[in-house]
Amino acid sequence: MRLTALAALFSATLSCTALAAPATPAQVLKHYGELVHASYADTLDGARKLQAAVDAFVAAPSQDGLLAARKAWLAAREQYGQTEAFRFYGGPIDGTDGPEGRINAWPMDEAYVDGVANAPTAGIINKPEVAITADALSALNEKDGEENISTGWHAIEFLLWGQDLSANGPGQRSVEDFVDGKAPNADRRRHYLKVVTDLLVADLAGLEQAWAPGQKNFRTRFVADTGSLAKIVSAIGILSRGELAGERIEVALDSQSQEDEHSCFSDNTHRDIVANAKGIQNVWRGQYVRADGSTLGGPGVRDLVAARDAAVAKKVDQQIAASVSAAEAIPAPFDQAILAGSAGRAKVEATVVALKGQTEGLVEAARALGIKRLNTALPE
Amino acid sequence: MTPFFKPLAFGLLIAGSAALVATAADGTDPANALPGGDTTTPDHGRNAFSNPAANLDVDRQTPFFIGNSFFKKNWVAAPASTTGRDGLGPHFIARACASCHLLDGRGAPPPAPEGVNTEQPVGLLLRLSIPGDGGRAGVVPEPTYGGQFNNQAVDTVQPEGRVTIRYTEQPGRFADGTPYSLRKPSYEMTDLAYGPLHPDTRVSPRVAPQVIGLGLLEAIPEADLRAIAERQAREGAGISGRPNRVWDAVRQDWVIGRFGWKANVGTVAHQTAGAFNGDIGVTSPLFPHEECMAAQADCQARQQQEAQWRQGRGEPATDIDARALERTIYYTTTLAVPSRRQPDAPEVRHGEALFHAAQCASCHVPRHVTGKLEGFPELSGQTITPYTDLLLHDMGEGLADNRSDFAADGREWRTPPLWGIGLIPTVNGHSMLLHDGRARNILEAILWHGGEAEGAREQVLRMSRAERDALVRFVGSL
Repeated sequence: MRLTALAALFSATLSCTALAAPATPAQVLKHYGELVHASYADTLDGARKLQAAVDAFVAAPSQDGLLAARKAWLAAREQYGQTEAFRFYGGPIDGTDGPEGRINAWPMDEAYVDGVANAPTAGIINKPEVAITADALSALNEKDGEENISTGWHAIEFLLWGQDLSANGPGQRSVEDFVDGKAPNADRRRHYLKVVTDLLVADLAGLEQAWAPGQKNFRTRFVADTGSLAKIVSAIGILSRGELAGERIEVALDSQSQEDEHSCFSDNTHRDIVANAKGIQNVWRGQYVRADGSTLGGPGVRDLVAARDAAVAKKVDQQIAASVSAAEAIPAPFDQAILAGSAGRAKVEATVVALKGQTEGLVEAARALGIKRLNTALPE
Repeated sequence: MTPFFKPLAFGLLIAGSAALVATAADGTDPANALPGGDTTTPDHGRNAFSNPAANLDVDRQTPFFIGNSFFKKNWVAAPASTTGRDGLGPHFIARACASCHLLDGRGAPPPAPEGVNTEQPVGLLLRLSIPGDGGRAGVVPEPTYGGQFNNQAVDTVQPEGRVTIRYTEQPGRFADGTPYSLRKPSYEMTDLAYGPLHPDTRVSPRVAPQVIGLGLLEAIPEADLRAIAERQAREGAGISGRPNRVWDAVRQDWVIGRFGWKANVGTVAHQTAGAFNGDIGVTSPLFPHEECMAAQADCQARQQQEAQWRQGRGEPATDIDARALERTIYYTTTLAVPSRRQPDAPEVRHGEALFHAAQCASCHVPRHVTGKLEGFPELSGQTITPYTDLLLHDMGEGLADNRSDFAADGREWRTPPLWGIGLIPTVNGHSMLLHDGRARNILEAILWHGGEAEGAREQVLRMSRAERDALVRFVGSL
């Protein structure tokens, strides 16, 4: 009721300046639900391809099988990174009992899971007394420390690549780590890889369901509430400043250590950054390029802002586009780009500057929408 | 311009549990809903204790994020390939700040399903001392094991031993006949690696509290705390708080104690560097030596070995350098306090009235105005509601640890701030309270109050069930 009245008032106010009928908050929310669902559906699809590759690999470990699993992991990350724009408001991903910590927690103390250069017998895999089940590994995840990560993308990444000990490439884990008789606990390593991959697929399937259309689920409630718009804008602000610029880039720039890069085993951090930046743009514009190359388009936050303040909308749109471009210009590997004296460092720094700029732009955009306080700094 | 989204006009954003910040226009006291003033965060989810002060601008957030990375970092034994985080131990209690303060929140005693712990404690440590004048250390450390019992060690060194906790249930009844039960812990140290403890050893168990709002507490003027002590004495109602007087390693001076369960630390900087050193075995320019006692030959040997490694590799002499320590202190100083949940609900208001009627607010003083905190204009001049006087109070025999700490005697404890208390279950998945986590919920914590708080406890015992529920709901809304 109230929404209809307000929307009508809004249309009347704007009719003298806007040429086309402006998007209503209800339309933007409805389309947001579609965009989120499509993003999680693509991610789930990618994770299932990873699962198929892992299943084939653990059944008969081979170098080709390992490379296929790595390739599937990298492909799936392109979609997952974009879904991080749906975090930071207590939705299905990170509300009470949300699986975010189980899916994507980092940085990871890899010695918590498996042996490392200085401690070859470290980790859960080398402790036969610890059962490797989805429940047991979930309980161990983030137990007694935020870097005690036993599950999710980065645990899988560590198992597929191993420690990154080389300057110019990713980790070089040998396929023999998974072959009985070639490495201690190879059977447990294979089983671990399968269990955490299955768990990732199950968690992503839960998210896809929470956003599936035509059901009594989180999506239905969320898109029916105009208060959700503030959460949507706040979330992309937090991802811009706190998570992406802060936790994922500034910390690494400061320490110049790969311990502080997001996907340190696979050297895929440069793509994580691009995917996050794109995820923000998707929500802002209401457009998402799906895994199959098709584009899902519709009204986005930008359209609502444009109706209130066209200049701000245009500026923020340019700022967000500039961030995506800046992120795409970061050369791989990220762990070399962040080093002092590296030609890539200026590109990384420029991305931080662009993200900070867009954060301030988003605060202005929120103000134009009548949102007084925009928190943009939520860290892990 | 009139905002067209009515629901957004109140300004609250990430409302995980849909709280709205009340505005003065609503006729409510904004300070009531914003415990940290302008620094208050609206987050009520799992990250409720992990946000930077809301008024830190975009550039001032950078050191916060860098500090956060050191706060959650798992330290490893030196030497390691990653030089920025090696130097764990030789003895230690935790590998990271976040081991005990998970998600910047509160630790808990280990599970004890049959009344005895089934795991070694992580978020709960045991302080050790013997009677005597501790001078600038505040206590005389136990001569063989030192000031803390380290139940972990790096691979060439023995852990000092294991901790056994036994709980016994103590039943009681409210005036209306409703039964309750409190669990009283006893502590035993077993598998002692370096021989027996001194016969007169005093043990004080301490749980890791949530890390929010510390810079604001440091910014409360000393004069205001003294004025509260004078007010309590003047009222003559049996409540007589007094400030602790502690040596501060940063200011190199004696200051009022504000942090720790006995107000035995004066500044966030001292607290942060002290915990790195005492709990993780990480040395810093502020605390350059780990505690390896004379009787601990393996610990001392390891220490010398580590020093040689560092020298040989041309690394700094301490495990964490001044800059990283400074960032971590910046982080612990600026972690924000979350806004209250439904402060104006009728039951919450009722509970608030009962809280004041029972004299709880005499020590859990709601409101303060911060003074100037050097380097942190965001934390200065804020009206805050931490619900503490930061003073020491005799809490009775039931809670006594019989161990003095600077000026605090064996029955005295600092009034802990109550802000954020209702979000501990959301962040940390438990509701354990008090200095050693013996209370399983807010009501049990209230019932443990004795000594100067005996009168308040008796009033709660006489409350009806509805009144008790309202009181608990109010405390949980803070």
